[in-house]
Amino acid sequence: MEQMLVPHEGSPIASVGEQCLSFTLDQEEYAVDILKVQEIKGYSALTPIPNAPPHIKGVMNLRGAVVPVIGLREKFGLPSVTYDKFTVVVIVRLGARVTGLVVDAVSDVLDLHECELRQKPDLGSRVDTSFITGMLQSKERLVILLDVDRVANDTTSIAVA
Amino acid sequence: MKPVTTMDLDISKFRGAFFEEAEEHLATMETTLVELSVRPDDAEQLARIFRAAHSLKGAGGTFGFTDIARLTHGLEEMLDELREGRMQLTPALTDLLLRCADMLRLLLAAAMEDTAAPPYDHLIAEIAAARVVPGAEASAEIAAAPAPAADQPEDATAIDAGWAAPDLPAPPSNHREVQVTFVPEADSLGHGMDPLLLLRDLSEIGEIVENRADLSRLPPLAELDPELCHTGWTLRLRTERSVDEVRDVFAFVEDSSRLEIGEVPATAEVAPAASPAPAPIVSIIPAPITTPVVVEAAYPAPQVTEAKPAADGEARSLAASSPAMLVKNTDAARAQAAKTSTLRVATDKIDRLVDLVGEVIIAYAMVAQALGDPSTSGVERLREAMATMDRNTRELQERVMSVRMVPVGTVFSRFPRLVHDLAVTLGKKISLELVGEDIELDKGMVEQLADPITHLVRNAVDHGIEMPADRIAAGKSETGIIRLAALHTGGSVVIEVSDDGRGLQTSRIRAKAVANGLMRDDDSMSEEEMHQLIFLPGFSTASSVTNVSGRGVGMDVVKRNVETMNGTVAVASRVGAGTAMRIRLPLTMAVMDGLALRVGAQLFLLPLIVIRESFRPKAAQVKTILGRGEVVLVRDQSIPLVRLHDVFGIEDAERDPAHALVCIVDTGSARVALMVDEPLGQSQVVVKSLENNYRKIDGIMGATIMGDGKVALILDATAISRQAARAAGLTREARHGTDACAA
Repeated sequence: MEQMLVPHEGSPIASVGEQCLSFTLDQEEYAVDILKVQEIKGYSALTPIPNAPPHIKGVMNLRGAVVPVIGLREKFGLPSVTYDKFTVVVIVRLGARVTGLVVDAVSDVLDLHECELRQKPDLGSRVDTSFITGMLQSKERLVILLDVDRVANDTTSIAVA
Repeated sequence: MKPVTTMDLDISKFRGAFFEEAEEHLATMETTLVELSVRPDDAEQLARIFRAAHSLKGAGGTFGFTDIARLTHGLEEMLDELREGRMQLTPALTDLLLRCADMLRLLLAAAMEDTAAPPYDHLIAEIAAARVVPGAEASAEIAAAPAPAADQPEDATAIDAGWAAPDLPAPPSNHREVQVTFVPEADSLGHGMDPLLLLRDLSEIGEIVENRADLSRLPPLAELDPELCHTGWTLRLRTERSVDEVRDVFAFVEDSSRLEIGEVPATAEVAPAASPAPAPIVSIIPAPITTPVVVEAAYPAPQVTEAKPAADGEARSLAASSPAMLVKNTDAARAQAAKTSTLRVATDKIDRLVDLVGEVIIAYAMVAQALGDPSTSGVERLREAMATMDRNTRELQERVMSVRMVPVGTVFSRFPRLVHDLAVTLGKKISLELVGEDIELDKGMVEQLADPITHLVRNAVDHGIEMPADRIAAGKSETGIIRLAALHTGGSVVIEVSDDGRGLQTSRIRAKAVANGLMRDDDSMSEEEMHQLIFLPGFSTASSVTNVSGRGVGMDVVKRNVETMNGTVAVASRVGAGTAMRIRLPLTMAVMDGLALRVGAQLFLLPLIVIRESFRPKAAQVKTILGRGEVVLVRDQSIPLVRLHDVFGIEDAERDPAHALVCIVDTGSARVALMVDEPLGQSQVVVKSLENNYRKIDGIMGATIMGDGKVALILDATAISRQAARAAGLTREARHGTDACAA
């Protein structure tokens, strides 16, 4: 996927849809390809999975299917918060698999033509940026575009430093 | 056979039920007969056959099926003498009884379609002869020359020939026309070849635009041997598939028949309309959806005597009832619909559905009442009512889904007969064990499983089990054992066909692989890797091709069939000790009885099938061993205690066994006591896979959705006990290490 994404001015971004869904986590703003998003649901009680990594919050019942839910805060090493009824779960479909991502709040649909896709910053080996496709800049907003397949399939949590 | 019209209208409503029941009685008779041939003096089994025959006779008489009543009457009398001990059950007699069962199937088929019955007087004569000479082998001779009955319908052989005008849409350009000439060997029906199934398969990969039955080999009626196949077919198939793929359909029968498959050039014209054809040729031009049934119509009724489910019969009898041999699409479609529209469901499942619907209606009334009450307590009541309704509708949905689940025993039941017949043909001694027949699978899966399992069982009989002499020479018992088992395990349903035969011959597999260029002579390959080779297309090590199996096209077809159900096939084999073929199917639709258990705040389900007992142990019953391992003492047995809260890292759980509950589970290989907080009740659940969206979790075989919409995890007792044993082993080793250091 990455090799298709050589961001430069004005070129269409083939592997990402025309639009992205953005959401907030802590003070940061993230986005995922909107074509991967199946639906957005309110948070409901999850069934924890024994011996799972901390970012796997559990499984939920999505109309009869058992779907794992990933806490993106835990995944990215951001401080955990208590989930309540305002917490939102973004259901993403990756091929045949369906996964839920817990985010703080959904904020916006970004039109990629109005944004500029920049290369992800090199933060050295100290910070793992492999989940990041690039940075979207729209006026003074800076949105982190996630590679949602990697986020969902990787099993490790980023340790809180 | 009496026409339906003379029948009381009220009774005719129950005809469907009669045919279903009759089919069950027949299956009981067959299975029991085969068991009886092993233990001829089992009075209980004899009584079962007798009851089946008696019920069939009574029902047949009630519905006016005099032929069925007459034949079963003869059977019943003979069975009565067997039961009373005046006659002995000999192999010849078993054979006669089985042939009577076959004939009853045909009679049922004829009755179902209200057509002329096939001749069965010879069987009545044989029964009479067998009763005159108790236990005599004489019956076999009479059997050799079946006399056609006098009331044979005249039109059965006088088949009207003619071309029908093709009424077909213009073929799409990427379709090709393939001409297939298929002439089975005369005795192929006896080996289980079913032309109807082949034609049905063909119609699935394309459209049969024309099918001609070649009746030129059909002898005059007086000389006709109904056990033999006298017909060949030439058909044109319009398909997108290649010629080779069309050939694959015939993979199992290719060697026992003459087969010509070739592409028809695009310019070739479809047979001209309304031009008369040479006399013994029948042409049928069906619409695609009705193809299987219509094609069967080319099959003259009296020449098919092979045992087949009664459901097939209606198509066959269509042939006899329509002298023009040209069946209208609508008729065929109706016949098809009649064949596929029923599903037998256990009464308690239906009862539960009815209960649930009642509860939903009550909840609805509660909602309606609460809506009329504007006070706060009304809102509260409304919320409650909605919760009830939510739970009930969810459960309703799950129960409706579970209606589709049928026990795998419906497939298994055909194998005792098959194995018995094959064993007799091959001169082997085989006993078949069936295990786990009541495990439920989706109806569609159960039907799709029939072919792969049949193939595996045939393989086991033909290649697996050795000849009695060889077995004795190898130090085994003369009688080989084939085990057909279904079980829930590790998040899936496993169907296992195993035998205690000679095992896969890796040296021959290797030689074959080298010959086929799959590996080089000096390549090293493990036993397991070599076993995998049998799943490659066209791979057979059978030195001689038999009619039973060994054409080297089977295993890859089995694999493909199972893979379409998202399953896997694996093989385990040891030379001299036997082979086990394992079909593993996903649990997505499987239904299971489970006990809901609470550990801390979490809910788990434990399959009821593994639970031996549950109780709260007294403090004195729980002992630690060497300060580490814990056991529960139950009736002088010490069973390792596994604390589920430790296994799953649950912190808010009860830690004192005397305040908790232990469930003794038996996984077949081990017995452990699982410690949980408390039981919450028993429920039947639809098992969902975790692997679809997540991955396998150690100690968990799947998940289910409970009545309140929450997900509950289902415990995998086998994995947990294995894990516990491993942990205990580690502890021992660690301690051993410490001891060594101390020393």
